Amino acid sequence: MNLWQKAACAFLLVVVCAAAAANWLAPTGYAKQDREAISAEPSRAHWLGTDELGRDRFARVLYGTRISLFLAPAAALLSTLMAALIGGLSGYLGGIWAKGAMAVTDLFMSLPWLFLLITARALMPLNVSPLFSVVVTFLLLGLLGWSAAARVLCTAAGSLRSSDFVRQARASGVRGARLFWIHVLPNLKPVLFAQFWISIPVFILTEANLGVLGLGVSEPMPSWGSLLRELEGLVSIGEEPWKFASLVLLVLVVMSFQLLLARQEEIAF
Amino acid sequence: MKRTRARTLAAAVIALNLFTTHVLAQSGGELRFCLRMEPKTFDPLKVEDEASAAIRYLTGGTLVRINRQTQELEPELALAWKVSKDGRQINFRLRSGVVFSDGTPFSAADVAYTVQQLMDPGLHSPTGDAFRSGTGGVETKVISPTQISIIFPAPVAELDRLFDQVAILSQHSPKRELAVLGPFMLADYKPGASVLLKRNPNYWKTDERGRKLPYLDSIQMDIQPNRDVEMLRFKRGELDLINSLDSEYFDKLESTSPQVAHDAGPSLDSEQLWFNEVAKAPIPDYKKAWFRSADFRRAISEAINREDLSRIVYHGHAQPAAGPFSPSNKFWFNGKLKPLAYDSDAALKALQGAGFRLENGTLKDKAGNAVVFSIITNAGSKPRERMAVLIQDDLQKIGIHVNVVTLDFPSLIERMTQSFDYEAIILGLTNVDLDPNGEMNVWLSSAENHQWNPQQKTPETTWEAEIDRLMRTQASAIDPRKRKEAFDRVQEIVVEEEPFIFLINKNSLSAVSTRVHGAVPVILSPQTFWNAERLTVSQ
Repeated sequence: MNLWQKAACAFLLVVVCAAAAANWLAPTGYAKQDREAISAEPSRAHWLGTDELGRDRFARVLYGTRISLFLAPAAALLSTLMAALIGGLSGYLGGIWAKGAMAVTDLFMSLPWLFLLITARALMPLNVSPLFSVVVTFLLLGLLGWSAAARVLCTAAGSLRSSDFVRQARASGVRGARLFWIHVLPNLKPVLFAQFWISIPVFILTEANLGVLGLGVSEPMPSWGSLLRELEGLVSIGEEPWKFASLVLLVLVVMSFQLLLARQEEIAF
Repeated sequence: MKRTRARTLAAAVIALNLFTTHVLAQSGGELRFCLRMEPKTFDPLKVEDEASAAIRYLTGGTLVRINRQTQELEPELALAWKVSKDGRQINFRLRSGVVFSDGTPFSAADVAYTVQQLMDPGLHSPTGDAFRSGTGGVETKVISPTQISIIFPAPVAELDRLFDQVAILSQHSPKRELAVLGPFMLADYKPGASVLLKRNPNYWKTDERGRKLPYLDSIQMDIQPNRDVEMLRFKRGELDLINSLDSEYFDKLESTSPQVAHDAGPSLDSEQLWFNEVAKAPIPDYKKAWFRSADFRRAISEAINREDLSRIVYHGHAQPAAGPFSPSNKFWFNGKLKPLAYDSDAALKALQGAGFRLENGTLKDKAGNAVVFSIITNAGSKPRERMAVLIQDDLQKIGIHVNVVTLDFPSLIERMTQSFDYEAIILGLTNVDLDPNGEMNVWLSSAENHQWNPQQKTPETTWEAEIDRLMRTQASAIDPRKRKEAFDRVQEIVVEEEPFIFLINKNSLSAVSTRVHGAVPVILSPQTFWNAERLTVSQ
């Protein structure tokens, strides 16, 4: 791990701790409206000022980070597991299974995901709490975002299938699921980890895209996506620089994940 | 002596310079602004979108014109007119010596031709629909080249004012609808990019000094749906006007260039919240019972802080709504109505009086169901989303939990008009017409746009039956006082029953560059260029 990777790791740790401690660091909460202090500049009471409805921006950034940063890995875990199951297993079985899985993967990758997510969001029941809506949004991301990882895993499992140690295991009488669980899956671990790390920033950005369209997490709950909407129509960077806090944080977090990802790739390949 | 001569010469040069500048400012120049969508048609009889309406306004010659500033009807191609007592017939006396942009002479025969085209059922003219009050054809009698009588099969309310929208076509011109009688004519159209209008050299009108109108040489309209881009181009000086500004942009512009930002006061548009009262809607029965209760709706209305909606969401560029019509509609607004004052305590008491009770900060109905409902609005509309969040917070204070959901527009419309799978909606009503007849499709219980419970076979409530009766009365009455009386009562019933909880009336905000002279932004469309023929642009 080089210096940059260590710094990225430390930064992510600080961000995760701050997000986890949001209740203590920002006791006013993310929804409290101070209607007499709308769009206020940074002050002692509001470190990053307030938004258009008088809500503390610092609190919203912390809680938004908690949501985006904790649920994106959960969605990434789900998609990676699905990718392992579909891609890994089909690659291990090979032949028609691998071809079938790749056809399904190609189909999934060619679908216009943003529109499908918007449609899926529109089909959801209306009367759900903001927390439920955020969980469902990330669940959808997880359930729909496995295809690229499955492709990689299918190829990796395919190459393992014809490797010497798998042949030797077969010759020793190990067959079927046992062979897959004991010999193939553990060797796919580095690839799985790499895919997991890749998925996190992708899901964070997808949620941010949905949020910018006004279709992500329900109000009053914040997420990075909904916080980024504040930047719509902003004419110059110097105008209200504190509004960029969520964007800067998003960029830094994604960069940190990318740096760590490079490390995972080194381990994987 | 030499000194005096030099001074005289200098004064003459300055005077000449000022004169030249003035003349340049008073004649010529190109006005530039954006259309926010592609014009769907250049046929003035088929206009139904905003962009086409703007082009019709600038190119079409009408018999009469509603002055957008005074809201009074003024003569244009017609010198005088008279509506019969039964409201079925209108007689026009026309100007003589007027010609179309291509030189074709204008006469009463052109008016007859236009009216026949307009009322042709095969054309499906949205403008013509406003004249259709009964079955049967329209009769046109050309009495002389400057006199015409038009007879409708049934009385038409405000018959003369409806002609404000009727651009006269030439019966004989080979250029068909491109031969116009308005101040400008279509010169170039690049689909998806721009529309160019040039001065009509044959326009009949002159100013007080006898100079030919319009002053402008041309109007360049770029098709630009993106408001951010429109604003940037205005700031760069590439555009001269922005017709309808968001309050956020308006404030930014006002802070840097106050002389270009114009707030003309409350517009005719309103924003409202309504509950789903459709009997077959797929929502629980106990919720239907809340939504169909006038006590519940009134209490919700009272618990919403409209002043805050105006101040916070629209930065003060909106007024709390008093009822279905904006106070800007000078004649039709019922002056007795006042915006409902915010009083959450009174709202809670009213709900308790109706059988609701507050338990551990949650409002519950008689059966113990917690009062929870969702409000949907269209994704991407920041003002509506913000209003929904403020209302969510207001209602939380009386124990009502609101879930705010933003949906893409097609999904929202599908839920609102097809599946009725929603509980409450925040949307706006855009009024382009001053007359309540333009809202028959909203207030009649059988109407499609009777949003809280549309297309009823027979009115489901006594107050809706009463509104139906009053709307039909005002539509068929000719006496404006009787019409006003009936519509005043409609407004009162709507405020008493609150099927629509009217929230605010947005102000009409616009931007006009300092290069443009003579602009007087108003609330009626087209807000900034309603007097385009008298505008000038400095070079």
